Amino acid sequence: MRTTYLLSEISQDSKIFGGKATALMRLQEAGFRLPATLCISTEAYKQFISGSSIKEKIQLELHRKKFSDMRWEEIWDAALRIRNLFLRQRMQVELAREISNALEKNFAGNSLVVRSSAPEEDAAATSFAGLHESFVNIRGTEPILEHVKLVWASLWSDRALLYRQELDLDFAKSSMAVVVQELVAGEVSGVTFSINPTDATEGVVEAVYGLNQGLVDGAVEPDRWIFHRKEASIKEHYTPQREKFMAPQGDDVILTGLPENKSLQAPLSPEEAVAIYRKAKKIENVFGKPQDVEWTKVGNDFFILQSRPVTAGQDGDKDDKRGWYLSLQRSEDNLKKLRIKIEQEHFPAMKKEAAELAKIDLRSLSDKGLAGELENRLQVKEKWTAIYWEDFIPFAHGMRLFGKLYNDTVSPEDPFEFVELLSNVPLLSKNRNKALRKIGTYVQQRPDLQHAIAAGGAGAINDAEFNRLMEGFISLYGDPFCGTYSDRTCDVSRDELVSVIMQMAGNSTTEKKSQIGKEANKAELESTFLKISKEGGKRARAEGLLDLARTSYRFRDDDNIVLGRIEEQFFKALEEGRQRLKKRHVDGAAHLTARDVLRSLVDKRYKLSGTKAKETPAKQENQHIKARQLLGQPAGPGISRGRARVIDSARDLALFKKGEVLVCDAVEPNMTFIVPLAAGVIERRGGMLIHGAIIAREYGIACVTGVPNAATLIHTGDEVTVDGYLGIVTVGQLDKTISLPGVGK
Amino acid sequence: MTNKKQLQREIAELLLSQKLAVLATQSSEVFPYASLIAFAATDDLHKIVFSTPKATRKFANIKHNPKVSLLIDDRSNNAKDFHDAKAVTVLGAVERIDIDASQKELASLYLSKHPYLEDFLRSPSTAFIIISVWSYYLVSRFQEVMELHIHDENDIPAF
Repeated sequence: MRTTYLLSEISQDSKIFGGKATALMRLQEAGFRLPATLCISTEAYKQFISGSSIKEKIQLELHRKKFSDMRWEEIWDAALRIRNLFLRQRMQVELAREISNALEKNFAGNSLVVRSSAPEEDAAATSFAGLHESFVNIRGTEPILEHVKLVWASLWSDRALLYRQELDLDFAKSSMAVVVQELVAGEVSGVTFSINPTDATEGVVEAVYGLNQGLVDGAVEPDRWIFHRKEASIKEHYTPQREKFMAPQGDDVILTGLPENKSLQAPLSPEEAVAIYRKAKKIENVFGKPQDVEWTKVGNDFFILQSRPVTAGQDGDKDDKRGWYLSLQRSEDNLKKLRIKIEQEHFPAMKKEAAELAKIDLRSLSDKGLAGELENRLQVKEKWTAIYWEDFIPFAHGMRLFGKLYNDTVSPEDPFEFVELLSNVPLLSKNRNKALRKIGTYVQQRPDLQHAIAAGGAGAINDAEFNRLMEGFISLYGDPFCGTYSDRTCDVSRDELVSVIMQMAGNSTTEKKSQIGKEANKAELESTFLKISKEGGKRARAEGLLDLARTSYRFRDDDNIVLGRIEEQFFKALEEGRQRLKKRHVDGAAHLTARDVLRSLVDKRYKLSGTKAKETPAKQENQHIKARQLLGQPAGPGISRGRARVIDSARDLALFKKGEVLVCDAVEPNMTFIVPLAAGVIERRGGMLIHGAIIAREYGIACVTGVPNAATLIHTGDEVTVDGYLGIVTVGQLDKTISLPGVGK
Repeated sequence: MTNKKQLQREIAELLLSQKLAVLATQSSEVFPYASLIAFAATDDLHKIVFSTPKATRKFANIKHNPKVSLLIDDRSNNAKDFHDAKAVTVLGAVERIDIDASQKELASLYLSKHPYLEDFLRSPSTAFIIISVWSYYLVSRFQEVMELHIHDENDIPAF
C-alpha cells in the first residue's frame, strides 16, 4: 500500500495523514503560502511496526508496573528504551525505497524539517504543542529516514506518555504520520495565536530573529504583541532583551549571538505584526476555530509552517505535576546557565553555610538562643530544599539530554550505555567512603583498639590518632547517621559509625579491580562517540554536552551529600532542644516536631499541639501473602544474592552487615556510605539515573529500582536475588546448585 | 500488590474466568505427567475439584502420590500475552477421592461451571477429585510473582 504523498494528493482523513498534514492541506487549498511538503501516512508506521517485534516490546516496557505507579523518571527511562528500539530497528527495504524516491524527487538534497503528524492532534483537546518531536535542518536521504523513525518513536516520548492516559489514547491503536517540509530559513519567525489562551478578548503575536526553534524550546525570548482580537489592532508590545537567534549551520541548528543592529530593532514592524495577526484570523476562518499558527518570514512574504487549534489550560489543574515535570526538560543553553549558577553560586554557598552552622556550639546557647538557632536552621534547610527542587533537580536533565544525543549518534544496544561515559568520577560519596575505609584500615591493624571499641564504644577510646581521624572525618563530611533518621541521637550514632567503619576495612580490592576494566571501556566508548560526532561535524556540541552531563551526574551525588549536611545541622539543633525539654520532663520530648520544640523552649507554658514527629509506620503483617518475584528497573547491571536488610531507621543502617542486600524506600544521601558494603541494592523509588542507582553503578553493585512496596514486601533476613540485568528481585531461597553469573565466587 | 484481599480477588477472578487447567501429577516414575482437566474452585480458594475416569494415568498417579500442581492462565496465544496474560500455579494435595457422590455441594459447584459434564460425572467409572490447596503463585506483568499461602504445608491432612 502506498505510504508517501504530496499535500495535494491527501484526503482529509486524519487517521491516515494526521492532524498536521490535513491542516496543511486545507491551508494550501485556501491559497496560503507553504513550504514544499510531503506526507508519510500512518500506513508507513504500521508497516514498520508490524514487521518487527517492537509492538510487544513497547507493551512489555509499559506494563512492568501500573502506569500510575510510575514516577516521571521511570517514564523518561521507558521512553528512552522505546526510542532506542526504533533507532535500532532497520526500516524495511520496500518502505525505505518508496520514501527515499519521493524525497529525492521532490526535494533534491535540500535541507528539510521532519515533523510529527499524529492522528489525535487535530482534536482540540490534544493539540498542545511539543507532545511529539520535530527535527529541523536534516539533509540527505539516510538521515531523513532515521529522523522519520525518531518521529514515530516520539509517539512514545515521555511527554506523550504523560498525557496519553488522560487523553485516553489507546496504546494498541496509536499511530503516527509524518510531514516532511523544505526548510524555509526566514529572517524572522514566530507564532501567532488568533486568540490569547488566557484572555479571549485578545490575540498574540510572538516573533524572533532566525528560526522558530529558539522560540518553541524557550532558548530565545520573543518580542510579544498583544492584540485587540476584535479590531485586530495592537494593544501592547513587550520587548525582550534580544541577544540570540537560532540558525541552521552545517547539519545542525545552533544558537548564535545577534548582531547589534538587530538587537536594537524589533523583528517585525507594527504593520508586519498586524499583517501576520490578520493572516492568523483568516486561518481561523478556514478551520472555524481559533488557531495557533507557526510561520516564517522571507522578504515580505509569510510562509505558514503549521496551524493547530488553540488549547487553553494546557498545564491542567494546580495539583497536576506534569507541567512542572515538563519544565524540567531544559534546553542545552538553559542548562549551561544553570551549571554556572550551581557551580559558582549555589554549591559553594551551600557548603559554606553547612560549615558555618557546624561551628556553632549549641550547648553554650541559652534556651532562647537555641530556639533562635533552630528557627534559623529550619529556614536554612527550607531555603536549600527549595533551591534543590528549583535548580539542582532540573540540572539533572543534563544527563538525559546527553543520553539522547549519545543514542542518536551511536545507537547502542543498551540504551543506558551513555551512563558509563559519565561514571567513575570523583563523587563526594566516594571520597567519603574512602575516608571511612582509611579509618577502618587503621582500626583493623590494631587488635587492642578493636577490643576497646567492642567493650566500651567509640566514646571511650583514648587512641589519639583514631580520635583525630574520626574528628577529621566528621568535620569534613559530617556524621552520616546523624540527621538521616530521627530515632537516634547523634552521640549514639558515633558508635554505629564505628561499627560500619570496621566492616569497611579491607573492602577496597574489589572496587579497584572493577574500576580498571571500567576505565578502559569508558575511554573506548568516548572515543567512538566523539569520532562519529566529528564525522557529522558535531564534535563541539558532543564534547560540550558530554562535559555538561558529567557535571550533572556528579552533582546528582554532591548536591545530595551537602544538602544532607545542612539537614544534619538542623537535626542537631532539634535534638539539643529535645534533650533540654526532656530534662524539663516535657511529655514525649523525644518526638516533638521542630515547631513544638521552638515554642516550648521560649515559652514554658506553651501547650503542645499534640502532633508528634512522624514515626516509622508499623510493618504490615502479611502472613499468608508473600512476594516471590518482584519487578523493577534494571538500574545497575549485575546479579547478586544475599540476606535482605530492610532500612527503616538508623538502627537498621548500623546493623548492616557486609554482603547483605540493601532494601529501602529510597537511598537517602546520608545512606550512601553503606552501599559499598552491600551485595545488591533494591529501591522502591524508580529510575535509572537516581542517586542510589548512580552510587550502586559506581561500585559495580547489582541494583533494581522502582520495586513497588519493596520495603514492605521484603523482610530483613529474607534471602533475595537481585537481578540487575533484568530488573527482577527474587525473594526466598534458590537452590544452591544453581550457579548465577558472578555470584557466590 | 501488598494487599491480601486484592491478591485473593485477582486469583479468584482468574480461576472463575477459566474452565480448564493443566494438572501435573507424579507417580513413582521419574517423569511428572501433565493433563488438561475441567476444574472448579471454591470461593474461599481452599479447594479445587475436577473429575476423571478411573482408568487414566493421572488417576493412577494420584492414588500413588496425592501431591499435585495445577496451572491456570488466561493466555490468548498472541504476543500480547507477554504483558497481558496472568497465570497461577497451584500446589496442593488430593484430600479426597469421592466415589459415592457424597460431596454434593462441591459436585454442584462443579456442575454449575460445567453443566455439560453431568453424565460424565455421574458415570460409575468417574472419580470426583477434591484437592486441598496449599498455595497459589500468581504470575502477572511477565515476571511478577506473588504467593498466597492457604495452608501451612504441615497442616495438610494425610490422604
